[in-house]
Amino acid sequence: MIRVEQTGKTVEEAIEIVLKENNVTKEDINVTIIDEGKKGFLGFGTKEAKIVVEIKDEKDKKKEIALKFITEVVEKMGITATIDIREEAENLYIEIDSSDIGIIIGRRGETLDALQYLAGLVVNKKASSWTRVILDASGYRKRREESLIDLARKKADRVKHTRRKVSLEPMNPQERRIIHTALQDDPMVTTFSEGEEPYRRVVIALKK
Amino acid sequence: MKELVEILAKSLVDNPDQVVVKEIVEANELRYELNVAETDMGKVIGKQGRIAKALRIVLKAAANKEQKRVSLDIV
Repeated sequence: MIRVEQTGKTVEEAIEIVLKENNVTKEDINVTIIDEGKKGFLGFGTKEAKIVVEIKDEKDKKKEIALKFITEVVEKMGITATIDIREEAENLYIEIDSSDIGIIIGRRGETLDALQYLAGLVVNKKASSWTRVILDASGYRKRREESLIDLARKKADRVKHTRRKVSLEPMNPQERRIIHTALQDDPMVTTFSEGEEPYRRVVIALKK
Repeated sequence: MKELVEILAKSLVDNPDQVVVKEIVEANELRYELNVAETDMGKVIGKQGRIAKALRIVLKAAANKEQKRVSLDIV
């Protein structure tokens, strides 16, 4: 977000100047009027209008699009929810809280993943660079992450014990990444993925 | 539900004014026919139907809440 101050004969003129100088449209700015200005009479008592303008950057616009999309979709699904959005590193992180949370998550997070995928497409539709959208529902992803890390460690122990590789059940790329990351510092085992989407799965094997 | 299909489709395409959704209500099933501009077909279907699949999952969740079955055809 950029803030600029501008004066002009009227508020409208001041807005026009900002739009022209920054090559943006009315949808891209928030205007706060500091002084309406006065026309005066025969050149006496004239006072310039003064405004402060906030110009939205691409990240602000993406945030707006994401919030609007998820809010509308959840509402039209017939669900009352509170939606919170924030920037986390380079990503947009959206958290949904609702008493109907089970419907938003779906079987094994199926609905949540679908909504996250669609939100990502919508947010990046007109953008020059890709922003990852992460959608969570009442801490579901955090809990799922913890149980995946737990699973990864248990399976790794079994590999060390039996000296045979273990392949896990099919997971989406996000979940596979959690497994790989959980075991990347383990000196005894190595992990890789095999198979084709959507049946791609992580294999844990002994390091040679 | 019809509005949900419309919002999802309009958010994905480049020509939202050309999105037309037809709703066919049967006893226990809701059927939707989605029509978009020729150039927007890819935006609602996706590679290997990935977007269409995501749309159907979201619709299914909403329909489940009303204990109905739902189907989506992209025509």
